[in-house]
Amino acid sequence: MRVGVGLPGTVPGTNGQLLIQWAAQADQGPFSSLGVLDRLVYDSYEPLTMLAAAAAVTQRVLLATTIVIAPLRNTSLLAKTAASVDALSNGRLVLGLAVGARKEDYAAADVEYRTRGKHLSEQLATLRMTWEEGRFNPSSARPQGPALLIGGQSDLGFARMARYTNGYVHGGGPPKAFARAADKARAAWLDAGRPGQPQLWAQGYFALGDEATVEAGMEYLRDYYAFTGPFAEKIAAGILTTPQAIAQFLRGYEEAGCDELVLFPTVPDLGQLQRLAEILHGLGRDAA
Amino acid sequence: MKIVILGGGPAGLYSGLLIKKAHPSYDITIIERNPAGVTYGWGVVFSDRTLGAFQRADYKTYEQITSRFVIWDAIDIHYRGELIRCGGHVIASIARKELLGILQERCLELSVTIKFGCEIQSLADLGEYDLLIAADGINSLVRKTYPEQFSPSLELGKARYIWLGAHKVLDAFTFIFCENEHGLFQVHAYPFSGDTSTFIVECDEASWLSAGLDKADEEQSLAYCQQLLAPSLQGTSLLSNNSKWVSFPTLKTRHWQHGKIVLLGDSAHTAHFSIGSGTKLAMEDAIALAGALEQHADLATALNAYELERKSVVEVFQKAAQESSVYFETLKRYLNLAPMPFAFQLLTRSGRISYDDLRLRDARFGDAVDRAFATSVCQANAAHAQPRFAPPPLFTPLKLRELTLPNRVVSPAREHEGTSAMERDDAGLVMTGIVAVSAEGRVTPDDSCLYTPEHLASWQRFVEQARTHSAASLAIQLGHAGRRGSTRPRTHALDLPLRSDNWPLISASPLPYTPYSQVPREMDEAEMQRVRQDFVQAAQMANEAGFDLLQLHVAHGYLLASFLSPLTNQRSDEFGGDLTRRMRYPLEVFDAVRAVWPEPKPLSVALQASDGVKGGLTVDDAIIVARELKNHGCDLLTIQAGQTITESELPYGHGYLTALSDRVRNEAGLPTMLGGYLTTSNEINTILAAGRGDLCIVTPSHSRV
Repeated sequence: MRVGVGLPGTVPGTNGQLLIQWAAQADQGPFSSLGVLDRLVYDSYEPLTMLAAAAAVTQRVLLATTIVIAPLRNTSLLAKTAASVDALSNGRLVLGLAVGARKEDYAAADVEYRTRGKHLSEQLATLRMTWEEGRFNPSSARPQGPALLIGGQSDLGFARMARYTNGYVHGGGPPKAFARAADKARAAWLDAGRPGQPQLWAQGYFALGDEATVEAGMEYLRDYYAFTGPFAEKIAAGILTTPQAIAQFLRGYEEAGCDELVLFPTVPDLGQLQRLAEILHGLGRDAA
Repeated sequence: MKIVILGGGPAGLYSGLLIKKAHPSYDITIIERNPAGVTYGWGVVFSDRTLGAFQRADYKTYEQITSRFVIWDAIDIHYRGELIRCGGHVIASIARKELLGILQERCLELSVTIKFGCEIQSLADLGEYDLLIAADGINSLVRKTYPEQFSPSLELGKARYIWLGAHKVLDAFTFIFCENEHGLFQVHAYPFSGDTSTFIVECDEASWLSAGLDKADEEQSLAYCQQLLAPSLQGTSLLSNNSKWVSFPTLKTRHWQHGKIVLLGDSAHTAHFSIGSGTKLAMEDAIALAGALEQHADLATALNAYELERKSVVEVFQKAAQESSVYFETLKRYLNLAPMPFAFQLLTRSGRISYDDLRLRDARFGDAVDRAFATSVCQANAAHAQPRFAPPPLFTPLKLRELTLPNRVVSPAREHEGTSAMERDDAGLVMTGIVAVSAEGRVTPDDSCLYTPEHLASWQRFVEQARTHSAASLAIQLGHAGRRGSTRPRTHALDLPLRSDNWPLISASPLPYTPYSQVPREMDEAEMQRVRQDFVQAAQMANEAGFDLLQLHVAHGYLLASFLSPLTNQRSDEFGGDLTRRMRYPLEVFDAVRAVWPEPKPLSVALQASDGVKGGLTVDDAIIVARELKNHGCDLLTIQAGQTITESELPYGHGYLTALSDRVRNEAGLPTMLGGYLTTSNEINTILAAGRGDLCIVTPSHSRV
């Protein structure tokens, strides 16, 4: 299993320079990818724009959206933006897509919420064809387009994953929950007759430091997930705050067959990245 | 803090006393509709895990409850004159009346006020409160007052049941299955006091109507059950206590709290009685609520914590209860099973208990399951004495016509690897992927084929090599892609049309598979004859190549399946229309192949058991097709589902095809092979011993252990 790190672009108050420094520093290792999240009605950055900036200051890490809410976007423009980031990063983009769960984002984008699943299926079919036809791409982009991943928990979502994409991206939670989702992903893959195995991506949240740091991280998660009602508290309680917790989390995900685990910061401070890097060194996870 | 608890059942009383114990200063009042001493219901059941929670929550009532317990560890199954016993299940029960008495007494001791005989018409009657706990049961007034806030959904079960008692001593949880001229009745019975047992009599609606029980009053119902159960009751009388025939209501609510109101127990959720969890869940709710109120000073946080803790637990039980109730509703399909698989199917019905679990609980029962399985398979050798020990079902041979498979594991063939890369395979059957019967029948240009002498020679080499590496029998799957043909390999996605060198497609009707796919030509009769001949020729070559078993692929939206599904067959000739017409062409191909495939060799069909989409082929349709295939000499069905159109939905996860296989196998009476992400011997043994399938396609585990 490889370990990546998230950009703090959805943590309110993060400044643009910090994102760019964060990306540059993460590229020095031991991380294998940089992840970004998506939300429209929030104090946050647009994910593919963040990755375009990250592409300019990185050479090595994969640039992954985990995830982008595809139905909010015009499909041709999404295809072009993704192809552009892929070209800017010399083919390092991994495009994770999902329908998201916040009605207010759909209202703000003036997109129908109810039909979002069907909409995503149509987009998935179109994206690959659009890239291959090359009508909207910079010619330096990969002809097949970037790797596609799908997030979400519905049976139909897993069927879409196996039909159109290269793998699954899990939304978070304890390793046991990931293991169940990974089983579903592998079952859907098998059912579709796809060769090999689906790529399995997942994510977690961390806040490393004194009590105030941890509390700030939890407060951010409570706010970010407030739309889930009582679950926000559960998500906040799952935050990783010690080397021990991170070690066990990594082991749990690795045993469940995760290929790439992206750890997201909850406090916009470069010190967080440094601490996480040290912990990974300590665990012997230096290899990207 | 002033707390009002509406409902003086186990959940209301227990929450009252637990909260009062932690906060003696709280003013707690329980309001109960019935007068003191009046109670309905017989015994309630608890498992050992629940008892641990009771012990930690309140030791005094725990001691009193357990001292009045009846505890047993066996489940008895009476079916067709046989008694099958399985031990190792620790279950305890108590009379509901005793339980209420203990809880009431403890409430009074702790100065919780109980108002009996107090019927509330409107929540306004409750006066002021800081917290209202709605423990007022399935018909909760509180929940009904705020339907939008709690967002409940209620579903009535299809079966009817009546809750009775008897002064009859039982030494086990007892299932009794009675068939009579009116239908099938099943009884769930268990002891709950020194001399009394609960008897729940349940049946499907047809049996209920046929017996005239819809018109029967309490006394007549009692008399009917008395006669039905006469052999088991041995002279004792059934007792009624306001007992009526009802359908089980399964209640789910989206939200369990609204402001300073919280739902508890049956007012929030119910789970079918056959897994015996109603009171247990309600009392666990009470423990969680009291714990949350103790831990969090802020009421909203406490109620959040309570809902969060309990909802996921309750959902798991409701899912198991759902499986269990569906099992009992559709029990008739298992009446062709012998007593042991019937009992095993019953014990594993909710999906929570597996073959390994039962073996661990009762090793002798485990041996008996193995023995019964092995004996049922070797009935030809019935003259032999019964073996004392038999291998697990997985290692039991299966005979299909003159072919005997050494075990029940099926592996996919690795066709394109050289001899050196071929590992020794310990499967009983090795099966190829879909092999195209013609060039136009390929899914991708890279597909395996069987229509030229070169193909034949290549498959002959494959068979020779496989024989040197494995004792497994060899199966070949023949298919035609139909409208899913002429696509690229599935490296990046399914059903992407080729960029160049496409070939024309055919299907039952001219409907493209995806918006980007080529529109297929509707097959005319000449083409249908030609394709049938392609299948016949490929079958002859498969025999010449040395395959032991042949399978025709009639699933996943490929050519033959495109005739079966109403979504893809819009023909107006005799090959389209109702199911009989839609299955005509696949059956013609089957007959033509059966005619040339050697008599001693089995012929199988990979059958679409459900399209997994509204308006598509259903499992009921598939069962009709399966029965017809059986009449035409089919020996085995491989269960497939989905992919008829791009947007199909299957309940992915371990064993996602097992329920379909179970239905087709037991209702059509044909052996089935199934995959569906099976990775462990435990899953396979559970499927086989319960009669849910006969051969399992095994997926290597992802684990790198």
